[in-house]
Amino acid sequence: MKRLIAAVAVGCAMTVTPAAHAQTPPNVLVVGQIAEPQSLDPHVATATNDFRILMNIYEGLVRFGNGTLEVEPALAESWEISQDGLSYTFQLRQGVSFHDGTPFNAEAVKFNFERMLDEAHPFHGTGPFPLSFNFSAVEDVTAVDDMTVEFTLSEPFAPFLSNLAYPTGLIVSPAAVEQFGEDYGRNPSGTGPFRFAEWQANQRVVIAASPDYWDGPPTLEAVVFRPITDANTRMAEMLAGGLDIMVEAPPDSMAQFRDAPDFNAHEQAGPHVWYLILNMKEGPFESQAVRQAVNFAVNKEALVNDVLQGTAEISAGPVPPAFAWAYNEEVDPYPYDPDRARELLEEGGYEGEEIVFYVTEGGSGMLDPVAMGTAIQADLAAVGMNVRIETYEWNTFLGQVNPGLEGKAQMAQMAWMTNDPDTLPFLTLRTAAWPQEGGFNSGYYSNPDVDEMLDRARRATDPEERAALYRDVQAIVHDEAPWLFVANWVQGAVTTANIEGFTLQPSFFLMLKNVVKN
Amino acid sequence: MATYVAKRLLAVIPVLLGLSIIVFLMMTLIPGDPATAILGNYATPENVARLNAQLGLDKPLPQQYLIWLGNLLQGDLGRSFALNRPVLDEVMERFSATLVLAGAALLLCAVLGLIAGIVSAVNQFGWADRIITLFVLIGISTPSFFLGLMLILGFAVNLRWFPPSGMYAIYGGGDLPDLLYHLVLPAFTLAAVATGVIARLTRTAMLEVLRQDFIRTARAKGVSERRVICVHAFKAALVSVIPVIGIQAGFVLGGAVYIETVFQWPGIGAMLVNAISTRDILLVQGGVLVVAASYVLFNLAADVAQSLLDPRLRR
Repeated sequence: MKRLIAAVAVGCAMTVTPAAHAQTPPNVLVVGQIAEPQSLDPHVATATNDFRILMNIYEGLVRFGNGTLEVEPALAESWEISQDGLSYTFQLRQGVSFHDGTPFNAEAVKFNFERMLDEAHPFHGTGPFPLSFNFSAVEDVTAVDDMTVEFTLSEPFAPFLSNLAYPTGLIVSPAAVEQFGEDYGRNPSGTGPFRFAEWQANQRVVIAASPDYWDGPPTLEAVVFRPITDANTRMAEMLAGGLDIMVEAPPDSMAQFRDAPDFNAHEQAGPHVWYLILNMKEGPFESQAVRQAVNFAVNKEALVNDVLQGTAEISAGPVPPAFAWAYNEEVDPYPYDPDRARELLEEGGYEGEEIVFYVTEGGSGMLDPVAMGTAIQADLAAVGMNVRIETYEWNTFLGQVNPGLEGKAQMAQMAWMTNDPDTLPFLTLRTAAWPQEGGFNSGYYSNPDVDEMLDRARRATDPEERAALYRDVQAIVHDEAPWLFVANWVQGAVTTANIEGFTLQPSFFLMLKNVVKN
Repeated sequence: MATYVAKRLLAVIPVLLGLSIIVFLMMTLIPGDPATAILGNYATPENVARLNAQLGLDKPLPQQYLIWLGNLLQGDLGRSFALNRPVLDEVMERFSATLVLAGAALLLCAVLGLIAGIVSAVNQFGWADRIITLFVLIGISTPSFFLGLMLILGFAVNLRWFPPSGMYAIYGGGDLPDLLYHLVLPAFTLAAVATGVIARLTRTAMLEVLRQDFIRTARAKGVSERRVICVHAFKAALVSVIPVIGIQAGFVLGGAVYIETVFQWPGIGAMLVNAISTRDILLVQGGVLVVAASYVLFNLAADVAQSLLDPRLRR
């Protein structure tokens, strides 16, 4: 039967095949994505998968500089921050238009933020806006004149600028929102180098070069984003020549592409932290020695090299190295030292109590959680720890972990991707972020010094002062070990050899303006 | 006949209603909720509550269901949380893609299965029968997602005869040859199991019919062997094969879930998989409703076809 199938298949191929399949069209870039986008409204979208498209259609007032996580001017040419850190005044770029032809100005900026934040705004119903809390400190947006806009904050909030560079801060065309209402997410209009062209459900999103982009049009004629959820199929498309770029290449495949002459493998560490939350409220992890012991006991090098096949780097603390400006180079990761771990276990009085370890089957930024969980369990068993794994589907898992581990488990996997060094420690390490207070400190870490430093860093308007505080937090938290620090994700992408000018960004966004296809 | 069809169609309504209640309950009973799925890391109780209110999920369950039902009666299936568009648009777009794939697979398995079954029966225990039986067994026992991956590897990656995934060319394209060209691999994969089942049944049915008196009579009258097999015997055997093809239609629709994921076919199966993992209740409701309704209709069509072929059933 199969031979029959094959024979008929060959027959069909002869008759139907257009001459040169397996070639992507010239000057059109085809990107293999991991899923269908949720929305092309940047204030509605929440997934990195969507951000990769959005960052090419839209721009924010500021953006992350190429290859960094430091902000630089975009739609705003310059800005001033008041002494008390409560007022940000932006001078907007002249002569910029949205793709629908309407002008970009201070009123447009005001419209964008009020739509998201003001429940009484006539277009607030075009949401929901799940990430609008990024701007919850914004009290008022005023159009001072046509090209000047002033934000007033209710309290000093230093991450404000990097939040503006995040997709939630991208500027949409008010006229397009008014025209399309809640279907705006399928009819987007921004100011970016590419304009929206077409969205075929679960087949493709096409964006075309915007000829009158203020910074000169891109060389590519168009970009096609294809959602291919199955990793094997995505690989097959790449190998068969149906894609020019594949993002989030599976770890197994990166090794193969690194050595292939027809392809280029790209790797870039991101602002991502993969760790285990340790329950400090009860059980063995009340003891700092035991917490340090597990950090010594796990062979992180084997995890990142063997399990993750080089798609991650070993992490040292809650601030990932991608935030180069705030990273503490002097804090080294815990080395793999089982003997030291055994000593510390004894010192901490651990006597073989069962440790329940929550593992997820997979989820946003979780890498390869089941294999990693098993490897960690084995390493801990080797130093005499009795770890029992409980595995949950991602949404169920979050429902178990977010309310806190008390009475349920001693360890749980977790991963975060953020755009500012403030976000992760602020939401997961402060005393005021314990689950009952509405935060994600599911392991109940509490250190008044760290609390105070994080508050101060949030209020500091001087970047140097902020950086110093994050470096100190990194050192203290590393030492007190409320987590088992494991890895920082290195994202992998593969391009065909004829793609030039492509670089991965630490933000994990995809910036395609300068890409050339030969 | 018309009253029969009308009665059957009316019986569909309570089935679908009951189904929608079950799906609704299951979606709300499984842990996790749409707001947590959308917010991911940022699912603080405060953010979840705010988003639930925006999505209308803060109302009591019976009220949510009744709102959904009320809207349904007006032809409104609600808006998908995860895709931010009307459920009806998404479901119809995706379901038509599934119909193309399932239709092609069904046609393929019916034609191939019937031919293989007849050839097998006519050459009972001959070499053709043995070879066909072997391939039929392989077809039935190979998991379809595995077969799909192997076909992709062989015909798309190595030979580059067919595209590995998708429904139309990436850029341009969109005409019928383009569609057929993308349809070959997924349709064959989806048809494999059903082809085997139909071939087995056709063989048995044909063997039974070929031993009956009217066949002997036909042969005795001097009717050509070709006509005996293709007309007399086949028509009689078809009566027992048709309902099986109807049932296979259901399996093909169900199997489309895997195949669509493997081949990135933009159909309703792949949509449901995503909708369930994002807890997109309304999209799951809409999708299941359409799939279930079509399953019932397929079976009805098979019953009608059977009674048209078999005069004994027409009363």
